[in-house]
Amino acid sequence: MREAEIWRLLAANLLCALSIVLAAVVPAFFLDGFSVLGTHLTWLCVCSVCVATLNIILHLVLKPNQSPKRRSFAHKISRFLKCCIYFFMSCILFHAIIVLYGAPLIESVTETFLFAVLLSTFTTLQCLCLLGPNIQAWIRVFSKNGAMSIWESSLQITSLCSILGAWFGAFPIPLDWDRPWQFEQLFVAI
Amino acid sequence: MQRWPVVLFLAWVCFLFFAGIGLFMSGFLLTRIELASSSSCSDPLVPPPWERQSLPPGSCWAPQRFSKAVLVIIDALHFEFARFDPAKASPLPYENKLGVLHQLATSQPRHARLYRFRADPPTATMQRIKGLTTGSLPTFIDTDGRRVVFMGDDTWEGLFPKKFFRSYFFPSFNVKDLHTVDDGILQHLYPTVDSGEWDVLIAHFLGVDHCGHKHGPDHPEMAKKLTQMNEMLRSLVDHLGNDTLLLVAGDHGMTETGDHGGDSEKEVSAALFVYSRTPLFGSGPPEEPETIPQVNLVPTVALLLGVPIPYSNIGEVMAELFAGDGDAVSAALQQLSVYHINAKQVDRFLQSYSLVAQDLPAEQLQHLQELFSSAVEEHTQLLAQVQGTTVPPELEPRLGSLISRFQRYLREARAVCTQSWARFHPLRMVGGCILIASSCLLCYMASELAASSQSFCRSCLLYPLLWGPVGAALLWLVHVFTQEGLDLLLVSSWAAAASQLGFFWHWWGQHLKRARLTGSQPPLASGGLRQRLRAWLGLAFPMGILFFRCGAMFSDSFVVAEARVAPFLLASLVMLLVGKLHWDGRLTVPEGPKQQLLGLSSYRREIWYLLCLVAMFLVCVRLSSFFHQCREEIPQCRPSVFLSPLASLRNTRAKNLFYLLCVALLAGLVYAVQNWLRHYGNLNSSDPLVLFVRWGFPLVVLCIACYWAVASSADDSLGKLQELVQVAVVVFPRAVYGLASVGLLLLLCNPVTVFAKDTRESAGSIVTPYLGVPGSEVDFLHVIPQIYKRMQESQRSRLERGSCRATVAAYGLGSVYSAALVIALTLLAFLLMLLHSERLSFAFLLLFVEAFVLLHIHTCARGLAGDAELFSVPWYAVISWLLAASQFFYSTGHQPIFPAIHWNAAFVGFHLDHSTNLLPAVLVGANTFASHILFAVGCPLLLLWPFVCEMSNSQKKKPKKESQEELQEVEEHMMEMRLRESPEEFSTALLQLGLKYLFVLGAQLLACVCAAMILRRHLMVWKVFAPKFLFESLGFVVSSICLLLGISLVMRVDCAVSAWFSQLRLR
Repeated sequence: MREAEIWRLLAANLLCALSIVLAAVVPAFFLDGFSVLGTHLTWLCVCSVCVATLNIILHLVLKPNQSPKRRSFAHKISRFLKCCIYFFMSCILFHAIIVLYGAPLIESVTETFLFAVLLSTFTTLQCLCLLGPNIQAWIRVFSKNGAMSIWESSLQITSLCSILGAWFGAFPIPLDWDRPWQFEQLFVAI
Repeated sequence: MQRWPVVLFLAWVCFLFFAGIGLFMSGFLLTRIELASSSSCSDPLVPPPWERQSLPPGSCWAPQRFSKAVLVIIDALHFEFARFDPAKASPLPYENKLGVLHQLATSQPRHARLYRFRADPPTATMQRIKGLTTGSLPTFIDTDGRRVVFMGDDTWEGLFPKKFFRSYFFPSFNVKDLHTVDDGILQHLYPTVDSGEWDVLIAHFLGVDHCGHKHGPDHPEMAKKLTQMNEMLRSLVDHLGNDTLLLVAGDHGMTETGDHGGDSEKEVSAALFVYSRTPLFGSGPPEEPETIPQVNLVPTVALLLGVPIPYSNIGEVMAELFAGDGDAVSAALQQLSVYHINAKQVDRFLQSYSLVAQDLPAEQLQHLQELFSSAVEEHTQLLAQVQGTTVPPELEPRLGSLISRFQRYLREARAVCTQSWARFHPLRMVGGCILIASSCLLCYMASELAASSQSFCRSCLLYPLLWGPVGAALLWLVHVFTQEGLDLLLVSSWAAAASQLGFFWHWWGQHLKRARLTGSQPPLASGGLRQRLRAWLGLAFPMGILFFRCGAMFSDSFVVAEARVAPFLLASLVMLLVGKLHWDGRLTVPEGPKQQLLGLSSYRREIWYLLCLVAMFLVCVRLSSFFHQCREEIPQCRPSVFLSPLASLRNTRAKNLFYLLCVALLAGLVYAVQNWLRHYGNLNSSDPLVLFVRWGFPLVVLCIACYWAVASSADDSLGKLQELVQVAVVVFPRAVYGLASVGLLLLLCNPVTVFAKDTRESAGSIVTPYLGVPGSEVDFLHVIPQIYKRMQESQRSRLERGSCRATVAAYGLGSVYSAALVIALTLLAFLLMLLHSERLSFAFLLLFVEAFVLLHIHTCARGLAGDAELFSVPWYAVISWLLAASQFFYSTGHQPIFPAIHWNAAFVGFHLDHSTNLLPAVLVGANTFASHILFAVGCPLLLLWPFVCEMSNSQKKKPKKESQEELQEVEEHMMEMRLRESPEEFSTALLQLGLKYLFVLGAQLLACVCAAMILRRHLMVWKVFAPKFLFESLGFVVSSICLLLGISLVMRVDCAVSAWFSQLRLR
């Protein structure tokens, strides 16, 4: 049982990493003049959409937290809406934090916002998939000794690492490479 | 521990750091005194009269050979680039590209010659230009009346502003750009040459150097660039006339990686090529090109052009260029005369230099003097025997030997100078570095020790203080025996090193003793280890941030972008703090076992408070970035509009609006401070200090407002009011200075802002020093006068009830230390705001708000974490405090570069006449290090604030109170009196705080020093690292002195409070 869980987890994470790589490579065949650095805006879009869909599909397929009770359709809808609102709020929150950290306020708003969306897909969306719109559970997972299952600890590590990755991603900005938005989410693959 | 040892110990640590900084600086920046004198034609070192009569017109000191000269400087033209070896079958990209030089040199051996041109380190372009053009020091070849046309590198503009007849400057900064400068020069070069409107033409090409930096020498781009230079030279030669001298020179070489700046063989060997259409040389070129030092170019060119040699030149003329067309004897005579002039000039320089500076060794000067006078004597003897230009044949060998004697004199003189002027002194640099590093270590160890052992300070202070003078005395003895001059700096650094050794020795001894003591007991290995590991992990976060900060000093890009790095790290540190609190579960309240099982836990109420504080803090950090100054390295940066004074605003409405806003801010600051003091009950007594806070502060604000009004409208045509304005501009700032110093004096004289209400009856009172109010009424908190009434009533009722205990109510005793600090900080802030431009008062307000919020976050986090050690300030607090200090260094419109210094601060309150240099230096320094000063003085607040806030957290009374009966209550409301209760621990805590502060400061300084030392060959060292090091070390000095002042102020308050208590007891 446990080993199977680990394998499934590994597969999910590998798929995630693969989707990021694919998001960087595949659109070059469809779109003209696409490159990760040249048209980073599109890349950010494509990447977040890819990861989001993959996460949702994985969630539906693997069902890591089987809820024992069957719920009504209306309940599901409200749950979904709640998830959407949470996701949007987290985007806004991330955006605010990035701006407070020194991103320009008016210029390159789209970059900032898309980056915030990307960060939220890596962190909030996974939380939503796993834990649902349940803040209490989130708080539990993100504190010491809080993670109960292997899925949750994986979630913990992934989200913290993506935030750390974003933080480290800010380091090369002052180096004169002339590429402003070099946030590479390599840490997510861990 | 007493008070004095604490201050002494900190002062000693500061001294250690200062000695380290001084030692490093003396090795890094060797000072050389520049003489302002310049040579002129009428100087008395003219050649003997028989030759003077034959001087052609336009000549000076020596006959003019050329009326025009073209100096082509190809940046980083390595000697290997210019050498041409036709035998080479497959040349590297940089070889055999300058064919035109070889062609000229072989076809016209008497017209052209290639030299190996030896640059003196450091091989940075700016220093080389100085050496090339002045023969040592930055006074240009005296080209009175000559038309100098310049084109190329804009470094020249800064070195010789407005010296050129015409100039075409191109930006040199962007190393990636290979072509802008060169193409710009090529566009103007030939038209200018053809127009003939010039006497000296200088063209400085940068492409080769930039190509080296970008691609390295071994790259096809370099081949292209050199080929372009070859073409340029070929066509330039065709444009030259007969009366023109062409010089092609590289200012330095380059390493295999294309860099330069150091002193390796490849960097210092450049190429020099000389050409003229008329024959220059008496004989053909030697087999291997001669090596000549760079400084030799100046005297040679000066005499060839018939202008005086610059006063401070130490170069030697290149004699073979003065051979002329005649026979060997006349050539020798010619050379002798130029050598004579050259030697006389160098002798004059050495004499006047040794008058003002002592860095040239006396006995060597003596030796040089002897060489010179004997050579001159022989020269006059020889000339007496020479009639006209015919030389008796027996004198010919004497001619040769005389020339070589002059040569010897000149070379030895130059050797003496370069030896004592060598740029770096590695031994001293390493010594300074080690001294600073070990001082840092000492700070860390002492701060750990101070917490653990009580009697540590006296013993650990006494021995080092004894050792220090012993070390100094030893050095002095050695010097007495060796008869060498004594350097104060060396002595103090020896003393510092010796006392440090003493400290470590003593510490080691104690450590061994303790180890022996504990060794007998069974060790608690596992538990102790785990605890230690946890402590290390706790340290890892703030230390990691500090590590990043120090690491950032080693990259020029990060130093350039430091204005954004510091706030980034600061925000990260605070976020990390909150995250860690959450991670440790400190923010949640576990609610029973069942819910805990489910993972349901609710946050404490304080979390919202904390989150609000953090959000406010982040907003402050973000807002502070609107006040940044720009560096030239970031071309797209625009300096903040707030930096310019209001007087420069055109729009009157905007000006008025901003003015009103600034004044409102000032008033708001005063109001906030007064409110804070009133809140804690420090504004009740009728002491002079409190009266000053009440009435003096608004007066100061009024004065500042008036000054700003006058200063910002000074340009307007006020007609007859002009004189009044002139007076007002001086009077108001002086009034502020006066008021602020009065305030500070009052603060020093009587810093106790406590209002005591004595209701004891005179007879039979038991001595109960202070007794507060019975604590039931919570509603009258804010209005102190009401408290009095009620309190009196309640006390009276108590007395009537039969409780015969007498009381003394002391208001503001609980925050007496912080109140003094806050008053001092406000006064300092007024002074500093006056020195800045008006609109930077926004930044100062932000500074206060941010510091306030930071203190509250610190307090709050501390309360949540439930720290046991109340008396030690955690590392994260100290580091964030210092990060905020450096953040506001940038946010008050400063940058660590010299052009960004606000020089006009020196003239606030003074007209353009300073009798001494001290006062403007203090004013400009205070302006530059404003945030360092404020944060360092306010540093003890980190210790005091949790005590001050203790009461507001527990939502109880404002006035501090205590009674013999209500011990419970006493525990609750002691506030800062807790510190007084245990004076030993208080002193230790202050010492520890000071040491931690110095450690963090010292770590930053150490990083800067190491960066400057390791990267001293870096391209950017004089633009980025050296200024950064200078600013950082000055900031360190200012901060540490202010820290000492702040801590002594707290000590002073402590003394005064003790005196107050004893007075109360006596009554």
